[in-house]
Amino acid sequence: MRSSRTTALALTGALSFTLLAACSSGSDDAGEGDGTSGGKTVLRVVSLLPGSEQEAFDAFDEQVAQFEEANPDIDVQPEEYEWKATTFAAQLAGGTLPDVFEIPFTDGKTLIENGQLADIDAQFQALPYADDFNPNVLQAGTGADGKVYAIPAKSVYGIGLHYNRALFEQAGLDPDDPPTTWDEVRADAKAIADATGQAGYATMTQNNTGGWQLTVATYARGGRVQTTDDDGTYTATLDNDGTKEALEYLHDLRWEDNSMGANFLLDWSSINQAFAAGQVGMYTSGSDVYTSLVQTNAINPDDYGLTAVPLEGDDAGVLGGGTLAAVSTSASEAQKEAAVKWIDFYYLRKLTDQDAAVKDAETLVASDQPVGTPVLPIFSQEQYDESQQWIADLVNVPLDQMTGFTDVIFDQPLVPEPAGSTQELYGALDTVVQAVLTDEDADIDALLEQADADVQAILDKNAG
Amino acid sequence: MALTHDARAARPRRTPVTWVRRGGLSTLVFAMPLLVVFGLFSWLPIGRAVVMSLQETNLVTTAWVGLDNFRTVLADPLLATAVGNTLWFAALALLLGYPVPLLAAVLMSEVRRAKGLYSALAYLPVVVPPVVAVLLWKFFFDARPEGVFNTMLGWVGVGPVPWLQDAGWAMPSLVLEATWAGAGGTIIIYLAALTSVPGELYDAAEVDGASVWRKVWHVTMPQLRGVLLITFILQIIGTAQVFLEPYLFTDGGPANATITVLLLVYRYAFGQSLGGDYGAATALSLMLAAVLAVLSVVYFRLTRSWSQA
Repeated sequence: MRSSRTTALALTGALSFTLLAACSSGSDDAGEGDGTSGGKTVLRVVSLLPGSEQEAFDAFDEQVAQFEEANPDIDVQPEEYEWKATTFAAQLAGGTLPDVFEIPFTDGKTLIENGQLADIDAQFQALPYADDFNPNVLQAGTGADGKVYAIPAKSVYGIGLHYNRALFEQAGLDPDDPPTTWDEVRADAKAIADATGQAGYATMTQNNTGGWQLTVATYARGGRVQTTDDDGTYTATLDNDGTKEALEYLHDLRWEDNSMGANFLLDWSSINQAFAAGQVGMYTSGSDVYTSLVQTNAINPDDYGLTAVPLEGDDAGVLGGGTLAAVSTSASEAQKEAAVKWIDFYYLRKLTDQDAAVKDAETLVASDQPVGTPVLPIFSQEQYDESQQWIADLVNVPLDQMTGFTDVIFDQPLVPEPAGSTQELYGALDTVVQAVLTDEDADIDALLEQADADVQAILDKNAG
Repeated sequence: MALTHDARAARPRRTPVTWVRRGGLSTLVFAMPLLVVFGLFSWLPIGRAVVMSLQETNLVTTAWVGLDNFRTVLADPLLATAVGNTLWFAALALLLGYPVPLLAAVLMSEVRRAKGLYSALAYLPVVVPPVVAVLLWKFFFDARPEGVFNTMLGWVGVGPVPWLQDAGWAMPSLVLEATWAGAGGTIIIYLAALTSVPGELYDAAEVDGASVWRKVWHVTMPQLRGVLLITFILQIIGTAQVFLEPYLFTDGGPANATITVLLLVYRYAFGQSLGGDYGAATALSLMLAAVLAVLSVVYFRLTRSWSQA
């Protein structure tokens, strides 16, 4: 009896200590992440959107292999990733982001201020084209100290109007003659809804994308949702005429024409899905979205059309934004070196070096991945045109179905996203857009007045 | 009683040695695993939450702000909406989710053949991972006339119903799914409780000429009283913390029609990409916990006599 009791005691005691040890060993495990494995620097990078086609992953893996061959001391570990305003903070706080991750232009400044991005200035300045960036683009990732913490990568986009050519044809519309005014958009949307039963026009409403696209619609009508004052503080101007007009427009399409379908809870990825599935006739989103429509939603290229967002009224402009590549603060020096090498290889060299551009395009084409999706220049426009010439023979996206956009985008005034508390502002507008689309009697003036007051309170709080 | 008496008598002579001899050490060692697990994963986080609710922190820099977080939360116009929505959810869930499992359990206990099959069918939704269930239901809830539910309603000439796409319909839709997902567990509890009802009571009632409904009302219900009281308060606590359905179905929309207290907590903490207000999030969590604790105590006080009678 005695001995079995002692054994039980010892076992129980040992169990408790094992538990304690298991809990405290977390820091040891983390040690692996900051350094090396088998003498190689381990670098976790963003790969593609979750749920992308196998061919897209094949092409990505091929690029990783090319990179590792050129950099035998680096071990690249790709991770699927989609930036969402509503999950990013949790990922950042939880330390589950890859070492190299992507953020929108709008978040760069604040993340830098909060010390949440690694200082990669030294590595960045060593890049041969470090001085060639369009300064307006580069400043999104530059801190108040003048150092670069995040590098413009992947894409700079202008918003375009994406449309489904098959639905246009079914509605008796000419897909080669897309609408150029908001009235034409409305008429075409009604025609599509009446003829096909699908949504003629749709807009995002969730995860701050509703506010993002309402800002697009506001700019297109000459409105602005925020002004920057001389002392660097921001004033919310959500209840401006452009936004009101944009909301009344949505209201009319939804409630008078019934041409916006039946689903109004859509974010970036779900509207892409609905569009590729032929449930949406037209919607506005970044000009670069075609790539993920192919990679993630298997869109039929013949059905895809892209044209410019109609601009009406004084001061009307196209919202432009983009993506920055940044490095986690937990990265070691060796990882930062490796990270910038990867950013150079995967995102940027193909824009600045002919051999790299051709090699990149060939790799993508070999796996049937889109090459040549229209974006805006990260460097100068001449340089962009030149880089497009290098790969002209390899372009496999239906550029002739995108001329409505590519012919005019460099003549359209580009307006950056609101700079102060951008995502909070977008979030407040989400609610307004949802209210207008789901409640016929929504009071647009009152909603905007309330949202404006809410956002101003956030701006004041963040300024203080 | 005898135990405390014993301990009291022993107190004057207690030394560390007698404490060990009397088994104090082994008690402690046996309690250790439990203490470690609870301490690390329950009590420590709760303690951290209390501390954090008095701070303004981005997990890197931290400042003490006293009760500011509580003031911020109480001044937030969304709080009233969230509380209202949560109460609405709780009320609907009570109306639908409380009687349905009871009815199902009573009916199932009357079934003579293939009892196990019915239990398994009833419990199946609980086994389906909640996220999968929500994605399925999202598909069913398609608001277009050709959506699954709308097609079915169309057969009987009803609808189409906007389901999640309308501020008025969104919450009942969530409750419908939540009831489907949660009923199985409660049904199993009721079934277990029903087997403990002595058969003689039913026999006696039958001899007295009681109908089925009189038997249910006068025999089954009183015998299930204890269990019913517990599932009631568990249901209240559960629905007050509803998060999964509104988060996955609607993210609080349309136009905040389904934002709940817990979803608001989540939004405070993680809703914005640039880092959240963890202080406000913990402050609201603590307020919710306090309300639920008070509610539980009041509830058990009020029903004490009934449950013991």
